[in-house]
Amino acid sequence: MSAALVDLDEALDRYDPVLGIEVHVELGTASKMFDGAPQTFGAEPNTAVTPVSLGLPGALPVVNGKAVEYAVRIGLALNCRIAETCRFARKNYFYPDVPKNFQTSQYDEPIAADGHLDVELEDGTVFRVEIERAHMEEDAGKNTHVGGSTGRIHGAEYSLVDYNRAGIPLVEIVTRPIEGAGRRAPEVARAYVATLRDIFRALGVSEARMERGNVRADVNVSLRPSPDAPLGTRTETKNVNSFRSVERAVRHEISRQAAVLDAGQSVVQETRHWHEDSGTTSPGRVKSDAEDYRYFPEPDLVPLAPPREWVEEIRASLPEMPAVRRRRLQAEWGFTDAEMRDLVNAGAGDLVEATVTAGASPAAARKWWMGELSRTAKNDGVTLEELAVTPGQVAALAALVEAGRINDKLARQVLEGVLAGEGSPEDVVVARGLEVVSDDGALEAAVDEAIAANPDVVQKIRGGKVQAAGAIVGAVMKSTRGQADAGRVREILMARIG
Amino acid sequence: MSADLTRRTAAELAALLRDGDVSSVEVTRAHLDRTAAVDGAVHAFLHVNTDEALATAADVDARRAAGEELHALAGVPIAVKDIVVTQGQVTTAGSKILQGWVPPYDATVVTRLRAAGMPILGKTNLDEFAMGSSTEHSAYGNTHNPWDLDRIPGGSGGGSAAAVAAYEAPLAIGTDTGGSIRQPAAVTGTVGVKPTYGSVSRYGLIALASSLDQAGPVSRTVLDSALLHEVIGGHDPLDSTSLPGQARGYADAARDGDLAGVRVGIVRELGGEGYQEGVRARFEEAVALLEQAGAEVVEVSCPSFDYALAAYYLILPAECSSNLAKFDGMRFGLRVEPADGPATAERVMAATRGAGFGDEVKRRVILGTHALSAGYFDAYYGSAQKVRTLIQRDFAAAFDQADVLVSPTTPTTAFRLGEKLDDPLAMYLNDVATIPANLAGIPGMSLPAGLSDDGLPVGFQILAPAREDARLYRVGGALERLLEERWGGPILGRAPELEVAR
Repeated sequence: MSAALVDLDEALDRYDPVLGIEVHVELGTASKMFDGAPQTFGAEPNTAVTPVSLGLPGALPVVNGKAVEYAVRIGLALNCRIAETCRFARKNYFYPDVPKNFQTSQYDEPIAADGHLDVELEDGTVFRVEIERAHMEEDAGKNTHVGGSTGRIHGAEYSLVDYNRAGIPLVEIVTRPIEGAGRRAPEVARAYVATLRDIFRALGVSEARMERGNVRADVNVSLRPSPDAPLGTRTETKNVNSFRSVERAVRHEISRQAAVLDAGQSVVQETRHWHEDSGTTSPGRVKSDAEDYRYFPEPDLVPLAPPREWVEEIRASLPEMPAVRRRRLQAEWGFTDAEMRDLVNAGAGDLVEATVTAGASPAAARKWWMGELSRTAKNDGVTLEELAVTPGQVAALAALVEAGRINDKLARQVLEGVLAGEGSPEDVVVARGLEVVSDDGALEAAVDEAIAANPDVVQKIRGGKVQAAGAIVGAVMKSTRGQADAGRVREILMARIG
Repeated sequence: MSADLTRRTAAELAALLRDGDVSSVEVTRAHLDRTAAVDGAVHAFLHVNTDEALATAADVDARRAAGEELHALAGVPIAVKDIVVTQGQVTTAGSKILQGWVPPYDATVVTRLRAAGMPILGKTNLDEFAMGSSTEHSAYGNTHNPWDLDRIPGGSGGGSAAAVAAYEAPLAIGTDTGGSIRQPAAVTGTVGVKPTYGSVSRYGLIALASSLDQAGPVSRTVLDSALLHEVIGGHDPLDSTSLPGQARGYADAARDGDLAGVRVGIVRELGGEGYQEGVRARFEEAVALLEQAGAEVVEVSCPSFDYALAAYYLILPAECSSNLAKFDGMRFGLRVEPADGPATAERVMAATRGAGFGDEVKRRVILGTHALSAGYFDAYYGSAQKVRTLIQRDFAAAFDQADVLVSPTTPTTAFRLGEKLDDPLAMYLNDVATIPANLAGIPGMSLPAGLSDDGLPVGFQILAPAREDARLYRVGGALERLLEERWGGPILGRAPELEVAR
């Protein structure tokens, strides 16, 4: 039944998509949301726990002040109103990875509400996403199902639970229905989550590493025949884990729901699983008989009243938002939109900025990070940050080129040396003897040698084919192992045969 | 010597220990011996921790001998209600679902008892998860009232009250969610105090209803409760609802006892229909004593109290249905595999809860689950919270007219075991006078007001505004002296001697 899909473009000809996105971000606090257990990633299972995060009888929660501060930072960055008082509630449901069998969350009184986020799309246009609320809650533990073929609970022989993650502070950001995106809905979804990720990092509230699940998105999609029709039935695709997948999940749901609607059937309101490998979704829980979470105010915690002065202090201390900063830097650096976008997409923004700060020209900084270094990183399967070269070293390299001590070709060799741990660019130049040969005597000898070895080329040049000089210059570069100044070689050559 | 030591109050024992007249090991052993002799009949204890109690006692004796400055109650042994977690000692909350569970941590109350050097004799019996008014809902058998072994010792803290009344412990820790310290104290002729909500940490109390639960002292004298309250009270950063400040001045207030000009308010709604004649008579006599001693007596009205019981029996089950959700056979305590079919998480949970929870617990979990469910929340939980606000206003208005409010603690003296077991509503009515204080978060005390016509003890309840716990001790201490003058000694001295098993 789920085999049929409608081509995305056709689907978007006939239907107007409406999105709703819930993003969870794990806050990078030292300890958990409600107790002193440390936050660790990759620790032995069930070692980062206390009676509170294990939900042992008698244990009580205490709110992590840093987490509240981070939630306020996020709320302010998303242009939300910060509540004068807010409260935690219990969301009651039974699942073994929820130690108390209720999750402590915020329900009708979230810490932040009524905001918006402007999202820049590929073509430079800005799309505004309305934020309904941002609230605090705690993460659940992690189940591992052993013995089944799928890794899911069905068919498993037994399940293991690791509570290290249980109680890690989360902020959940919920959008209002995102309408009016039309054909750009998949791109808006992706750009929204990417923009949020950048903001989390700029705020310093989370490492925001998608691959570690620090940021997770639940994507709601519904279709309606036209923008003025009432909202259609939505599905919620849970735990989508990368920007690309967010976009793909939206595309897939649009195509799938269009097929259902085209066939005259109704979309089932349900949660759906995302399959990274196939780029498809499959049904999870049916939501029509909505689970009753029996929310009620958490009696173990007193209401929170973030003092207004404190909120204003936080507002005053917010860093420049990534989009604003990007536009400022682009103007300062004189980059085109496309150049800037490539830079950001490659995750090279901070590195280029640091390189410029260290003294390089923006063009040189961009050239090295987006060229040689991006290729190396790709070949080695690492990120730019993980390369064994610092922005300072790249700036030093650019300075050597600028001073004419090395040329581009030599610079690549120098970089190779730096990456191999041979020291600073200066160290590599000295150790490898890579300086440009600027001694005219040596160059003249090399040019003469090349002229002698290539009489036919010389003939062509003299016959008016000046572009043939390249072959002679090339030969000289080769004989000097690239250390000659090509411009000077050309001058000498033309003087000799002119 | 042994029998003598168990008849001493905690304050007297503290003095004997300080002066070196006895050792803590002697005192502790005397109480352990008494327990060995009478607890077969009383069944106040679920677990007796002989070795650990004696080890603590020996340690205190050694430190005292070395000239170390010790806490005033150092070396005085104590019993702890088995709903308060004790590291390394079994804690069951009176439930099968926690049979044999040894917590890996201490409740803050216990941490403070240990820091004060008080040997913990053992854990006392209670209604399962503190749900009940008779200690008949314990999964480990009921406790008997030392005044009459055929009668209930009150609940849920019947074990703590009976242990103190039977001279098995000079002091005990109880918890009071709707009267579980004061009601057992009333029916066993002991003193029990529910402190201001938040003034004694709840960290490590297995939660029944978080917004109502409060740990407090059980003793044979008002002064002893005051001394113990000072040990366990004060701010705890591990409990968000814990109040700031330290617990001081209670013992001084208990010793002071000047009643001149104190305005005592009689709550009209607590003492009318359904109150036993002897209970009413003893209450009125006590009020007259207060008046003779210089107190000004006024009558106050708290009309919303008529709805207190109903509100309580919505809020409590609602919170407990959520608090007890963690008992699922996954991480600790009992785990029961289903009799047949696959052992899925849901089925294991159902089998565990089916086998591990008793009828009263199941009744309240179902009630609470319903009260919180979508569509009923506003009608039940929401309305109950509104009543709670009205009750708080009633108290505020009453405290404008009076410094303390008084009433009989319970409508009747101890009823017979089994008498109300099949009638939950009748059982609930026993807490009608104690519940308003929990809903409002204010402190309350029960002290003996004498014996009713049936020869059983009657409790006198004193209530004070939040954070004014010292008033309970001031008025309670004074009344206790006046009453004991009249009786020629503590009322517990009139209790029949228990047959001692050898």
